[in-house]
Amino acid sequence: MENGFSYPRTDAFPAGLRVLVVDDDPTWIKILARMLEKCSYRVTTCCLARDALNMLRERKDGFDIIISDVNMPDMDGFKLLEQVGLEMDLPVIMMSVDGERSRVMKGVQHGACDYLLKPVRMKELQNIWQHVFRKKILEVKDIESQEGIEDIQMMKYGLDEFDNGQLLSGGDMFSVKKRRDMENKEHDDQEFSDSSTVKKARVVWSVDLHQKFVNAVNQIGFDSDCHLDNACTEPISVIFLAEIGPKKILDLMNVPWLTRENIASHLQCPPEDIEPTAESQIAVMHPPGRQPKTVSLFSFGKKYRLYLSRLQKQNEPKTSFAGIKQSDFSSKDPPGSFDLQRSITMHQNNAANINFGYCGHKILVQDMDSQIHEGDLKGIVSALPIAEPKKALMGEIPDPQKTSSSSRMGLTESLRSLVPDVNYASFECTFSKQHCWSGEVPVMQLKQLKQEHDGNTHLPLPSPRHHIQMDPLQSAPSICPRTSIMERGKSGPIEIKPFYTEYRSNHVTSKSPVDSFSVQADSHIINSQDFEAISTFRSSMKNHGLNQNFINNSESVQPNSIPGNGSNLVPSHEDLEFFSLQGYGYTENIGLQNIEFSDYTDSELITELPGHLYNGLRLNCDYLDLIEYLTVDQGLFIT
Amino acid sequence: MEGSHLQRQMACMRKSLFDQGFLDEQFIQLEELQDDANPNFVEEVVTLFYRDSTRLILNVDQALEKVPLDFTKLDNYMHQFKGSSSSIGAAKVKNECTQFKECCKAGNAEGCMRSFQQVKKEHAALRKKLEAYFQLARQAGTGETASRSK
Repeated sequence: MENGFSYPRTDAFPAGLRVLVVDDDPTWIKILARMLEKCSYRVTTCCLARDALNMLRERKDGFDIIISDVNMPDMDGFKLLEQVGLEMDLPVIMMSVDGERSRVMKGVQHGACDYLLKPVRMKELQNIWQHVFRKKILEVKDIESQEGIEDIQMMKYGLDEFDNGQLLSGGDMFSVKKRRDMENKEHDDQEFSDSSTVKKARVVWSVDLHQKFVNAVNQIGFDSDCHLDNACTEPISVIFLAEIGPKKILDLMNVPWLTRENIASHLQCPPEDIEPTAESQIAVMHPPGRQPKTVSLFSFGKKYRLYLSRLQKQNEPKTSFAGIKQSDFSSKDPPGSFDLQRSITMHQNNAANINFGYCGHKILVQDMDSQIHEGDLKGIVSALPIAEPKKALMGEIPDPQKTSSSSRMGLTESLRSLVPDVNYASFECTFSKQHCWSGEVPVMQLKQLKQEHDGNTHLPLPSPRHHIQMDPLQSAPSICPRTSIMERGKSGPIEIKPFYTEYRSNHVTSKSPVDSFSVQADSHIINSQDFEAISTFRSSMKNHGLNQNFINNSESVQPNSIPGNGSNLVPSHEDLEFFSLQGYGYTENIGLQNIEFSDYTDSELITELPGHLYNGLRLNCDYLDLIEYLTVDQGLFIT
Repeated sequence: MEGSHLQRQMACMRKSLFDQGFLDEQFIQLEELQDDANPNFVEEVVTLFYRDSTRLILNVDQALEKVPLDFTKLDNYMHQFKGSSSSIGAAKVKNECTQFKECCKAGNAEGCMRSFQQVKKEHAALRKKLEAYFQLARQAGTGETASRSK
């Protein structure tokens, strides 16, 4: 395979196209092989799906396209389709004697690039090369557009920043932009170079792979604990995956064929087929196969991710979060992934896990503006890898629903104790669903954010107003159990959406975005918890600034389980991890997790926040832009 | 068509197979895949089909003896059978398979039994005809390939 798609591969293209045929019917195998041979393709046949997968894995770049039957004894053709999409990102054509519309639809949903009816004619086979060609072209375009997007984002962000004029000075913006550009370039270069080897690092994340990813993130969360120093009785650690870097995740995952870019993308890119639903305010990046439920979440998550990536970039220029689009994120959104999430959440006993993402995010933003001053928002703002690493907010995703009510409660209570005025209600994200955090992104992001920000930069807990969807979790810690945001699938629609929208408009720069959360702006609100929530939310929200807050929040929140004590809103580490695991959409959540405001006083928060925010904002610039772009692009968030 | 008497006979037989609906266009596709490098391709494919489908028929017969009938399983078998028969263009066999599947969907045990009898009947009938056809083709010798090449 060539890098990028030089057109055409060889003069003979499509002759020599390497096709893998998978079918349990020996008669068809013989016929198809002969037909493809006549088309001058290079055919390999397989009777069993497992064999086919093994073959594909052994020869990573050994095939250009796969043709597979739908009904096979050892494995469902759709499943194979998914796997291939996830692992190898090769075009797959499905075949069946059954041409029922629902089947065909299923095929397409699972990512098939075509669906042929048996008996297959040779004419149909002659044209299969177009799928290979198309994919190549799209890959190239993707890289290019990514750059473009970032540029646009940056610009946008920059403008916004100026408008708000609060946190960023023009100069900063420019420098941010520049930095971003540089990073983008770097990243892109990396992308390209990587793509040459891994086909543009397009990896489709299977449930298994995602699980590994989640595990890795969790592990990182465990190891790197950002503590909010200071008053918090219990440090809230936010692990900002972005900060830690996809590299680490990659190493932990121990998947040889995966690249850092893949991880970066995974952090950022939501499944393509995620459909926005009202519920999915917070887009959660589900592991492949998951029914895309929450697009909006997704976009949020995406943004968050982007944000994180930006942050990361700042820290590690090499990090490539390039938002490689996960184009192959199959729409399949198998319940498995949900389960994954769910199970993850289960571990987290604390509801505190971030659902706050959203909340925090918002809150932070708002408060940032007004209240956050250098203070020790540390945790909160620091989330951004920016210059001052604040505590990484651990975006733990509070154990969604599962554990949750108690933990959530705990969190809320803690929050309450911390910030009496905080409107927890709003903060309580709808953590309702177990999924909440589908966490993929959030955690990751939180990690990133988690800069050693210690202290609680909590962003004020999302003020009740904004409720980021928190509904069911109301009782739960206000920190947004919104993790439910993520996945929530079931529970309620993640309201983050609205939040987000508000957020968007507000645009971080300080306060505005936080709208709902914004911590209601009381100084109180800036609890770490809130902060986290905010940050979490923020991250997802496009607002870069928010993210910061969010992140900060996360930072402040330590991954402690949120016991009922107010000081630890910090979602437990697990939560955070969970959060991150949640992946895509979760970014938001993560931030929230950190709501450990513990002793963070309002004033502290306030003071700190601004600083952090600023940083965050700066970092966010890029991110925001990107996010914004994404959001817009995705059109999800505001569904 | 020029050629020997045998070839003409062969052509006649072939035509009637199509006319009577035993074979459909897929068979022609197979013929097109036959060339000098693969002179007996069609026959090879048909042989493969019959080998595989015989095994399937056995499975279905066994499944039909169970009480109660496992319609899902039967449906799956038929799906395979249908796919296979479509490969050689065995139109009538394929139709009977569809019938059988309908009975499975309806949970009609009686219907399944009857329908499967039809499947077997068509399956056997086609086999006989094709065997005769290939025999003729072989007898017609090289001339056959020449006249059939497209």
